[in-house]
Amino acid sequence: MEQSQQHSQEHSQEHPISIYFWIWGLLFVLSAFSYMVDILGFESYTRWTLILLFMMAKAGLIVAIFMHMAWEKAAIVYALLLPIVFVLIFVCLMVLEANNTHLSREIFFSSPL
Amino acid sequence: MSQTASTKPTESPPKIGGIESAVKDWSSDQRAFKDIPWGKAMMWLFLLSDTFIFSIFLISYMTVRMSTKVAWPNPSEVFALEIGGTQFPLLLIAIMTFILISSSGTMAMAVKFGYNKDRKTTAILMFVTALFGLSFVGMQAFEWTKLIHEGVRPWANPFGAPQFGSIFFMITGFHGFHVSIGVIFLFIVARKVWRGDYDTGKKGFFTSRPGNYEHVEMMGLYWHFVDLVWVFIFAFFYLW
Repeated sequence: MEQSQQHSQEHSQEHPISIYFWIWGLLFVLSAFSYMVDILGFESYTRWTLILLFMMAKAGLIVAIFMHMAWEKAAIVYALLLPIVFVLIFVCLMVLEANNTHLSREIFFSSPL
Repeated sequence: MSQTASTKPTESPPKIGGIESAVKDWSSDQRAFKDIPWGKAMMWLFLLSDTFIFSIFLISYMTVRMSTKVAWPNPSEVFALEIGGTQFPLLLIAIMTFILISSSGTMAMAVKFGYNKDRKTTAILMFVTALFGLSFVGMQAFEWTKLIHEGVRPWANPFGAPQFGSIFFMITGFHGFHVSIGVIFLFIVARKVWRGDYDTGKKGFFTSRPGNYEHVEMMGLYWHFVDLVWVFIFAFFYLW
Protein backbone atom coordinates (compact mmCIF):
# COMPACT_ATOMS: atom_id res chain seq x y z
CA MET A 1 0.00 0.00 0.00
CA GLU A 2 2.78 2.34 0.98
CA GLN A 3 4.54 1.48 -2.21
CA SER A 4 1.51 2.22 -4.34
CA GLN A 5 0.87 5.48 -2.54
CA GLN A 6 4.37 6.63 -3.24
CA HIS A 7 3.90 5.44 -6.76
CA SER A 8 0.72 7.45 -7.25
CA GLN A 9 2.51 10.61 -6.20
CA GLU A 10 5.19 10.01 -8.79
CA HIS A 11 3.01 9.17 -11.77
CA SER A 12 -0.41 10.62 -11.03
CA GLN A 13 -2.48 12.33 -13.67
CA GLU A 14 -1.76 15.99 -13.09
CA HIS A 15 -2.70 18.45 -15.77
CA PRO A 16 -3.51 22.17 -15.69
CA ILE A 17 -7.14 22.87 -14.84
CA SER A 18 -7.58 24.95 -18.00
CA ILE A 19 -7.59 21.81 -20.13
CA TYR A 20 -10.73 20.56 -18.35
CA PHE A 21 -12.51 23.86 -18.91
CA TRP A 22 -11.54 23.74 -22.58
CA ILE A 23 -12.85 20.21 -23.04
CA TRP A 24 -16.00 21.04 -21.08
CA GLY A 25 -16.65 23.97 -23.42
CA LEU A 26 -15.91 21.89 -26.50
CA LEU A 27 -18.31 19.18 -25.34
CA PHE A 28 -21.01 21.82 -24.85
CA VAL A 29 -20.45 23.20 -28.34
CA LEU A 30 -20.42 19.74 -29.92
CA SER A 31 -23.62 18.75 -28.07
CA ALA A 32 -25.25 21.97 -29.26
CA PHE A 33 -24.19 21.06 -32.81
CA SER A 34 -25.70 17.58 -32.56
CA TYR A 35 -28.91 19.09 -31.17
CA MET A 36 -28.92 21.54 -34.11
CA VAL A 37 -28.83 18.57 -36.50
CA ASP A 38 -32.33 17.74 -35.24
CA ILE A 39 -33.57 21.35 -35.03
CA LEU A 40 -32.44 22.23 -38.54
CA GLY A 41 -33.99 19.02 -39.84
CA PHE A 42 -31.10 17.47 -41.77
CA GLU A 43 -32.22 14.19 -43.28
CA SER A 44 -30.77 10.90 -44.48
CA TYR A 45 -27.03 10.63 -45.10
CA THR A 46 -26.23 14.24 -44.15
CA ARG A 47 -27.98 13.69 -40.82
CA TRP A 48 -26.31 10.35 -40.09
CA THR A 49 -22.85 11.61 -41.05
CA LEU A 50 -23.18 14.69 -38.84
CA ILE A 51 -24.55 12.67 -35.89
CA LEU A 52 -21.68 10.16 -36.12
CA LEU A 53 -19.11 12.94 -36.52
CA PHE A 54 -20.19 14.85 -33.41
CA MET A 55 -20.67 11.60 -31.47
CA MET A 56 -17.14 10.38 -32.21
CA ALA A 57 -15.65 13.79 -31.42
CA LYS A 58 -17.42 13.90 -28.04
CA ALA A 59 -16.56 10.29 -27.20
CA GLY A 60 -12.93 10.86 -28.17
CA LEU A 61 -12.60 13.97 -25.99
CA ILE A 62 -14.19 12.27 -22.98
CA VAL A 63 -12.02 9.15 -23.24
CA ALA A 64 -8.77 10.89 -24.15
CA ILE A 65 -8.85 13.88 -21.79
CA PHE A 66 -11.44 13.35 -19.03
CA MET A 67 -10.55 9.67 -18.63
CA HIS A 68 -6.84 10.47 -19.19
CA MET A 69 -6.33 7.79 -21.81
CA ALA A 70 -4.12 10.12 -23.84
CA TRP A 71 -1.56 9.87 -21.02
CA GLU A 72 -1.85 6.16 -20.26
CA LYS A 73 0.75 3.60 -21.34
CA ALA A 74 0.32 1.85 -24.67
CA ALA A 75 -0.06 -1.55 -22.94
CA ILE A 76 -3.43 -0.62 -21.43
CA VAL A 77 -4.58 1.60 -24.31
CA TYR A 78 -4.28 -1.29 -26.77
CA ALA A 79 -5.85 -3.72 -24.28
CA LEU A 80 -8.90 -1.46 -24.05
CA LEU A 81 -9.29 -0.29 -27.64
CA LEU A 82 -8.58 -3.47 -29.62
CA PRO A 83 -11.56 -5.43 -28.18
CA ILE A 84 -13.85 -2.72 -29.60
CA VAL A 85 -13.02 -4.19 -33.03
CA PHE A 86 -15.15 -7.21 -32.07
CA VAL A 87 -18.09 -4.89 -31.38
CA LEU A 88 -17.73 -3.46 -34.88
CA ILE A 89 -17.60 -6.97 -36.38
CA PHE A 90 -20.75 -7.82 -34.40
CA VAL A 91 -22.43 -4.70 -35.83
CA CYS A 92 -21.58 -5.84 -39.37
CA LEU A 93 -22.95 -9.35 -38.70
CA MET A 94 -26.20 -7.98 -37.31
CA VAL A 95 -26.64 -5.59 -40.26
CA LEU A 96 -26.61 -8.66 -42.54
CA GLU A 97 -28.99 -10.48 -40.20
CA ALA A 98 -31.40 -7.53 -39.93
CA ASN A 99 -31.48 -7.05 -43.71
CA ASN A 100 -32.22 -10.74 -44.12
CA THR A 101 -35.09 -10.60 -41.60
CA HIS A 102 -36.47 -7.48 -43.22
CA LEU A 103 -36.35 -9.10 -46.67
CA SER A 104 -38.18 -12.21 -45.42
CA ARG A 105 -40.84 -10.03 -43.83
CA GLU A 106 -41.27 -8.08 -47.05
CA ILE A 107 -41.69 -11.33 -48.97
CA PHE A 108 -43.82 -13.41 -46.59
CA PHE A 109 -45.90 -10.98 -44.57
CA SER A 110 -48.38 -8.77 -46.30
CA SER A 111 -49.65 -7.41 -42.97
CA PRO A 112 -47.28 -5.28 -40.89
CA LEU A 113 -44.77 -6.83 -38.47
CA MET B 1 7.47 -2.24 -9.35
CA SER B 2 11.01 -2.83 -8.11
CA GLN B 3 11.74 -4.53 -11.44
CA THR B 4 10.65 -1.49 -13.38
CA ALA B 5 12.73 0.71 -11.17
CA SER B 6 15.85 -1.37 -11.74
CA THR B 7 15.50 -1.45 -15.52
CA LYS B 8 15.07 2.29 -15.95
CA PRO B 9 16.15 4.12 -12.86
CA THR B 10 16.53 7.60 -14.30
CA GLU B 11 13.21 8.00 -16.16
CA SER B 12 10.67 9.29 -13.67
CA PRO B 13 7.59 10.05 -15.80
CA PRO B 14 6.63 6.82 -17.62
CA LYS B 15 6.74 6.95 -21.39
CA ILE B 16 3.46 6.32 -23.19
CA GLY B 17 5.24 4.47 -25.97
CA GLY B 18 3.88 2.93 -29.15
CA ILE B 19 2.96 -0.58 -30.19
CA GLU B 20 6.51 -1.82 -29.42
CA SER B 21 6.19 -0.72 -25.80
CA ALA B 22 2.77 -2.41 -25.55
CA VAL B 23 4.22 -5.68 -26.88
CA LYS B 24 7.21 -5.34 -24.58
CA ASP B 25 5.02 -4.82 -21.50
CA TRP B 26 2.69 -7.67 -22.37
CA SER B 27 5.54 -10.11 -23.07
CA SER B 28 7.65 -9.06 -20.09
CA ASP B 29 6.65 -12.10 -17.96
CA GLN B 30 5.70 -9.58 -15.30
CA ARG B 31 2.61 -7.48 -14.73
CA ALA B 32 1.39 -6.15 -18.07
CA PHE B 33 0.06 -2.83 -16.78
CA LYS B 34 3.16 -1.18 -15.39
CA ASP B 35 2.89 2.23 -13.68
CA ILE B 36 -0.88 1.86 -13.45
CA PRO B 37 -2.43 1.29 -10.01
CA TRP B 38 -4.18 -2.11 -10.03
CA GLY B 39 -7.48 -0.60 -8.91
CA LYS B 40 -7.49 1.70 -11.90
CA ALA B 41 -6.62 -1.10 -14.32
CA MET B 42 -9.47 -3.20 -12.89
CA MET B 43 -11.89 -0.29 -13.19
CA TRP B 44 -10.90 0.07 -16.85
CA LEU B 45 -11.46 -3.64 -17.47
CA PHE B 46 -14.86 -3.46 -15.77
CA LEU B 47 -15.74 -0.52 -17.99
CA LEU B 48 -14.67 -2.52 -21.04
CA SER B 49 -17.07 -5.30 -20.04
CA ASP B 50 -19.77 -2.69 -19.48
CA THR B 51 -19.02 -1.35 -22.96
CA PHE B 52 -19.87 -4.79 -24.33
CA ILE B 53 -23.19 -4.81 -22.46
CA PHE B 54 -24.24 -1.42 -23.80
CA SER B 55 -22.94 -2.37 -27.26
CA ILE B 56 -25.18 -5.43 -27.25
CA PHE B 57 -28.17 -3.28 -26.27
CA LEU B 58 -27.48 -0.77 -29.03
CA ILE B 59 -26.84 -3.54 -31.57
CA SER B 60 -30.13 -5.23 -30.69
CA TYR B 61 -31.81 -1.84 -31.09
CA MET B 62 -30.23 -1.48 -34.54
CA THR B 63 -31.34 -4.98 -35.48
CA VAL B 64 -35.01 -4.52 -34.55
CA ARG B 65 -35.18 -1.06 -36.06
CA MET B 66 -33.68 -2.24 -39.36
CA SER B 67 -35.82 -5.36 -39.61
CA THR B 68 -39.28 -4.02 -38.72
CA LYS B 69 -41.73 -3.20 -41.50
CA VAL B 70 -43.64 -0.78 -39.28
CA ALA B 71 -42.47 2.83 -39.31
CA TRP B 72 -40.23 3.73 -36.34
CA PRO B 73 -41.65 6.51 -34.13
CA ASN B 74 -39.98 9.87 -34.71
CA PRO B 75 -38.05 10.50 -31.45
CA SER B 76 -37.90 14.21 -32.24
CA GLU B 77 -41.70 14.37 -31.85
CA VAL B 78 -42.10 11.70 -29.16
CA PHE B 79 -39.65 13.47 -26.85
CA ALA B 80 -40.81 16.99 -27.66
CA LEU B 81 -41.69 19.19 -24.71
CA GLU B 82 -44.55 21.67 -24.85
CA ILE B 83 -43.88 24.98 -23.14
CA GLY B 84 -46.43 27.76 -23.45
CA GLY B 85 -48.13 26.16 -26.45
CA THR B 86 -44.92 25.71 -28.48
CA GLN B 87 -43.38 22.34 -29.15
CA PHE B 88 -39.65 22.11 -28.48
CA PRO B 89 -38.22 18.96 -30.06
CA LEU B 90 -35.97 16.88 -27.78
CA LEU B 91 -35.71 19.75 -25.28
CA LEU B 92 -35.59 17.60 -22.15
CA ILE B 93 -33.05 15.24 -23.72
CA ALA B 94 -30.84 18.20 -24.67
CA ILE B 95 -31.00 19.55 -21.10
CA MET B 96 -30.15 16.09 -19.75
CA THR B 97 -27.17 15.93 -22.12
CA PHE B 98 -25.83 19.29 -20.95
CA ILE B 99 -26.32 18.32 -17.31
CA LEU B 100 -24.41 15.08 -17.72
CA ILE B 101 -21.57 16.85 -19.55
CA SER B 102 -21.38 19.44 -16.76
CA SER B 103 -21.24 16.68 -14.18
CA SER B 104 -18.34 15.15 -16.11
CA GLY B 105 -16.59 18.52 -16.05
CA THR B 106 -16.92 18.89 -12.28
CA MET B 107 -15.81 15.27 -11.81
CA ALA B 108 -12.69 15.77 -13.94
CA MET B 109 -11.78 18.76 -11.78
CA ALA B 110 -12.48 16.80 -8.59
CA VAL B 111 -9.90 14.24 -9.72
CA LYS B 112 -7.40 17.02 -10.34
CA PHE B 113 -7.94 18.60 -6.92
CA GLY B 114 -7.82 15.13 -5.36
CA TYR B 115 -4.28 14.64 -6.59
CA ASN B 116 -3.45 18.11 -5.28
CA LYS B 117 -4.67 16.83 -1.87
CA ASP B 118 -7.14 19.71 -1.71
CA ARG B 119 -9.77 17.65 0.06
CA LYS B 120 -12.43 20.34 0.65
CA THR B 121 -12.55 21.39 -3.02
CA THR B 122 -12.49 17.76 -4.14
CA ALA B 123 -15.40 16.85 -1.87
CA ILE B 124 -17.46 19.88 -2.91
CA LEU B 125 -16.89 19.17 -6.61
CA MET B 126 -17.92 15.53 -6.05
CA PHE B 127 -21.08 16.60 -4.22
CA VAL B 128 -21.91 18.93 -7.12
CA THR B 129 -21.33 16.04 -9.53
CA ALA B 130 -23.66 13.84 -7.48
CA LEU B 131 -26.35 16.54 -7.48
CA PHE B 132 -26.08 16.87 -11.28
CA GLY B 133 -26.47 13.09 -11.43
CA LEU B 134 -29.52 13.19 -9.17
CA SER B 135 -31.20 15.85 -11.30
CA PHE B 136 -30.45 13.71 -14.37
CA VAL B 137 -32.18 10.69 -12.80
CA GLY B 138 -35.08 12.94 -11.77
CA MET B 139 -35.56 14.16 -15.34
CA GLN B 140 -35.39 10.60 -16.58
CA ALA B 141 -38.13 9.63 -14.11
CA PHE B 142 -40.20 12.57 -15.43
CA GLU B 143 -39.63 11.40 -19.00
CA TRP B 144 -40.63 7.81 -18.18
CA THR B 145 -43.79 9.02 -16.42
CA LYS B 146 -44.71 11.21 -19.38
CA LEU B 147 -44.26 8.38 -21.87
CA ILE B 148 -46.10 5.82 -19.75
CA HIS B 149 -49.03 8.26 -19.48
CA GLU B 150 -49.00 8.58 -23.25
CA GLY B 151 -49.40 4.82 -23.48
CA VAL B 152 -45.85 3.67 -24.23
CA ARG B 153 -45.34 0.10 -23.00
CA PRO B 154 -42.52 -2.40 -23.56
CA TRP B 155 -44.88 -4.32 -25.88
CA ALA B 156 -46.79 -1.51 -27.62
CA ASN B 157 -46.99 2.23 -28.15
CA PRO B 158 -49.30 4.60 -30.01
CA PHE B 159 -46.56 6.05 -32.25
CA GLY B 160 -45.35 3.15 -34.39
CA ALA B 161 -43.22 0.03 -34.18
CA PRO B 162 -43.88 -1.76 -30.85
CA GLN B 163 -40.16 -2.49 -30.39
CA PHE B 164 -39.65 1.22 -29.70
CA GLY B 165 -41.02 0.85 -26.16
CA SER B 166 -38.98 -2.20 -25.19
CA ILE B 167 -35.76 -0.68 -26.53
CA PHE B 168 -36.47 2.66 -24.84
CA PHE B 169 -37.15 1.20 -21.40
CA MET B 170 -34.27 -1.27 -21.61
CA ILE B 171 -31.55 1.12 -22.74
CA THR B 172 -32.49 4.25 -20.80
CA GLY B 173 -33.40 2.10 -17.79
CA PHE B 174 -30.03 0.41 -17.73
CA HIS B 175 -28.25 3.73 -18.22
CA GLY B 176 -30.34 5.36 -15.48
CA PHE B 177 -29.45 2.47 -13.18
CA HIS B 178 -25.75 3.15 -13.87
CA VAL B 179 -26.24 6.83 -13.06
CA SER B 180 -28.05 5.98 -9.81
CA ILE B 181 -25.30 3.61 -8.67
CA GLY B 182 -22.75 6.29 -9.62
CA VAL B 183 -24.58 8.89 -7.51
CA ILE B 184 -24.56 6.57 -4.48
CA PHE B 185 -20.84 5.90 -4.81
CA LEU B 186 -20.11 9.59 -5.44
CA PHE B 187 -21.72 10.40 -2.10
CA ILE B 188 -19.75 7.63 -0.37
CA VAL B 189 -16.38 8.67 -1.83
CA ALA B 190 -17.13 12.39 -1.38
CA ARG B 191 -17.88 11.78 2.32
CA LYS B 192 -14.61 9.91 2.71
CA VAL B 193 -12.71 12.74 1.05
CA TRP B 194 -14.50 15.35 3.18
CA ARG B 195 -13.66 13.46 6.40
CA GLY B 196 -10.05 13.17 5.27
CA ASP B 197 -10.03 9.36 5.24
CA TYR B 198 -7.48 9.34 2.43
CA ASP B 199 -5.13 11.61 4.40
CA THR B 200 -5.37 9.82 7.75
CA GLY B 201 -5.30 6.32 6.24
CA LYS B 202 -8.61 5.39 7.89
CA LYS B 203 -9.61 1.86 6.94
CA GLY B 204 -12.66 1.40 4.71
CA PHE B 205 -15.64 -0.34 6.38
CA PHE B 206 -15.95 -2.87 3.55
CA THR B 207 -12.37 -3.52 2.49
CA SER B 208 -10.75 -2.92 5.91
CA ARG B 209 -7.89 -1.28 4.04
CA PRO B 210 -6.84 2.35 3.88
CA GLY B 211 -7.72 4.13 0.64
CA ASN B 212 -6.03 6.95 -1.24
CA TYR B 213 -6.86 9.66 -3.74
CA GLU B 214 -6.66 7.16 -6.60
CA HIS B 215 -10.19 6.21 -5.53
CA VAL B 216 -11.35 9.62 -6.70
CA GLU B 217 -9.87 8.95 -10.13
CA MET B 218 -11.46 5.48 -10.29
CA MET B 219 -14.79 7.02 -9.33
CA GLY B 220 -14.16 9.60 -12.07
CA LEU B 221 -13.51 6.88 -14.66
CA TYR B 222 -16.86 5.28 -13.86
CA TRP B 223 -18.68 8.60 -13.98
CA HIS B 224 -17.13 9.66 -17.30
CA PHE B 225 -18.09 6.26 -18.68
CA VAL B 226 -21.73 6.91 -17.78
CA ASP B 227 -21.45 10.20 -19.66
CA LEU B 228 -19.77 8.40 -22.57
CA VAL B 229 -22.60 5.87 -22.85
CA TRP B 230 -25.10 8.74 -22.90
CA VAL B 231 -23.25 10.25 -25.88
CA PHE B 232 -23.94 7.05 -27.84
CA ILE B 233 -27.56 6.73 -26.63
CA PHE B 234 -28.20 10.38 -27.51
CA ALA B 235 -26.79 9.88 -31.02
CA PHE B 236 -28.30 6.51 -31.88
CA PHE B 237 -31.59 6.47 -30.01
CA TYR B 238 -32.70 10.09 -29.80
CA LEU B 239 -31.16 11.72 -32.88
CA TRP B 240 -30.97 8.95 -35.51
